[in-house]
Amino acid sequence: MSAHTLAEKILMRASGAASVRAGEIVVAKVDLAMMHDSGGPRRVAPYLQQLEAKVWDPEKVVLVSDHYVPAVDPQSAAILSLTRRWAHENGITRFHDMQGICHVVLQEYAHLRPGMLVVGGDSHSPSGGAVGAFMVGIGATEMAGVLATGEIWLRVPETVRVSWTGQLAAGVCAKDMMLALCRDLGQNNDYKAIEYCGSAVTALPMAERFVLCNMSAELGAKTGMIAPDEKTLAEIRANGGDIADSALQWRSDENAAIERVVEFDAGRLAPQVAAPHSPGNSLAVDQVGRVRIDQAYIGACTGAKLTDLQMAAQVLRGKKVAPHVRLLVAPASLRTTQLAAADGTLATLTAAGAILLPTGCGACAGYGAGVLAEGEVCISSTARNFKGRMGHATSQVYLGSPFTVAASAVTGHVTDPRALLH
Amino acid sequence: MSAKLENLRGRAWVFGDNIDTDLLAPGHAMRKPLAELAQHCLEAIDPQFARSVHQGDFIVAGTGFGIGSSREQAAQALAHLGVGAVLAVAPARIFYRNAINLGLPVVRFPHADSVRPGDDLVVDLVHGCVYNLTRNTEHDCEPVPEFLRDVLQAGGLIPHLRTRLRRQ
Ligand code: SF4
Repeated sequence: MSAHTLAEKILMRASGAASVRAGEIVVAKVDLAMMHDSGGPRRVAPYLQQLEAKVWDPEKVVLVSDHYVPAVDPQSAAILSLTRRWAHENGITRFHDMQGICHVVLQEYAHLRPGMLVVGGDSHSPSGGAVGAFMVGIGATEMAGVLATGEIWLRVPETVRVSWTGQLAAGVCAKDMMLALCRDLGQNNDYKAIEYCGSAVTALPMAERFVLCNMSAELGAKTGMIAPDEKTLAEIRANGGDIADSALQWRSDENAAIERVVEFDAGRLAPQVAAPHSPGNSLAVDQVGRVRIDQAYIGACTGAKLTDLQMAAQVLRGKKVAPHVRLLVAPASLRTTQLAAADGTLATLTAAGAILLPTGCGACAGYGAGVLAEGEVCISSTARNFKGRMGHATSQVYLGSPFTVAASAVTGHVTDPRALLH
Repeated sequence: MSAKLENLRGRAWVFGDNIDTDLLAPGHAMRKPLAELAQHCLEAIDPQFARSVHQGDFIVAGTGFGIGSSREQAAQALAHLGVGAVLAVAPARIFYRNAINLGLPVVRFPHADSVRPGDDLVVDLVHGCVYNLTRNTEHDCEPVPEFLRDVLQAGGLIPHLRTRLRRQ
């Protein structure tokens, strides 16, 4: 038996091919399809009607309302109502209504397993790779095709291995790793699978590994993946998932064809900030210069999980948000909110002056509360700072870790969090 | 239809690198109907675009065209405005799939920098050729693979699947 990468192994299993190589096109059976309220039912239902097709297997569909929640106008209310009706009519039992952001919910409810082939109607679908699944983002038309047939064509990707050796310093986290990568690897790693490994990756909790895979989307990659280990299995079990130890087999073979290996030293990484209007526009926080901010935003799948809120709380404990700044916090899921309420994290944040927003995508993509006015400057723990994404086309969004966002909220300008941590 | 893929003609609209999905389909317009959303396409970098683009015109761009979100409206807005094809040095993955699935041809075109705004182009997607009638030049582009030509010729994935499912 010849050696294969993790991506190749999953596509072999899903396509039934005895062997596949990077560059080939395979037609594969999908194990799970995830959709949300924005790209989901409202867009796929008309296509399914045109095809006179039904959902191939309602058990294999996860639907999440997160983009337009809670409704802010009649249009978003209509989108949500349509989403709920569609879930009901199509027998979708795994419908998570307003329980959190889709990528986070998928993991909280243990819908993912190592070795699965998953498609998601969202570009941050590589998030699923954090547990060793092969998960790719697709658009609505393609989703309709998957729902009708249970299949998709995929080009087998080359694998690029990103190895982080050493250990992260205090006040530095997965978001900093990814902002540095967006700069150093660039954003055009199209059609590649990025495999993260090395001591600094192994040391990360699952929620932080998620950030690496999630922001693989910003590298332009097809997907990001981390081979499962004991931590992966423990997390799936803790979330109520049933999984055998044999799932640890889902990893690249020793001599698999890796296109290239890039090494980084986690110990030398400083907090990173991406200046407008691209995540690749990043630099060490002390290189940014004095940038006064109007808003600090802690939100999104990548930046408002429990670990992220805890990072912010570490900085904010006993401090106050600067008078001219509004600090907005939109927890990534209902469970995040519950856990952060229980362990005192929310109390720390609100005592510092943070305004709590509803769970959901919120201002991340400019759909929900917290968007920016003309010329306003925001530092945000979200994944993208494209021009106009978070509000007015002239607004300026800087990206940073929850540590950095919290520190900047306190001082009122983009700030190195290491100075404020105790 | 295959004759059409071999012989598309239009004017060039030239853009740079990393034209993202928020530029193509801005978040603030995402809950609006397509016809309205399309009027905001690329407004942040070229307010005239949606009003002035003609049926069959081409988008010529650099790397990372369509990076960002999976929102299909990015490709749909261009198709709605009549764009005939996107010729980009490196189109982003999801955008590429979305566009083909909607029947909007996208090809890799390494020589995007040879084209100036308004140039009159003839594009052969089957053999992979871009003829610039304004400049009297001829450059290669990547031909559309046969597998995807079938989808384009059917007018997109849905009509393509409809034929396939009917046959079964
Ligand atoms: S939080 Fe932002 S990045 Fe995450 S799924 Fe929602 S819109 Fe996308």
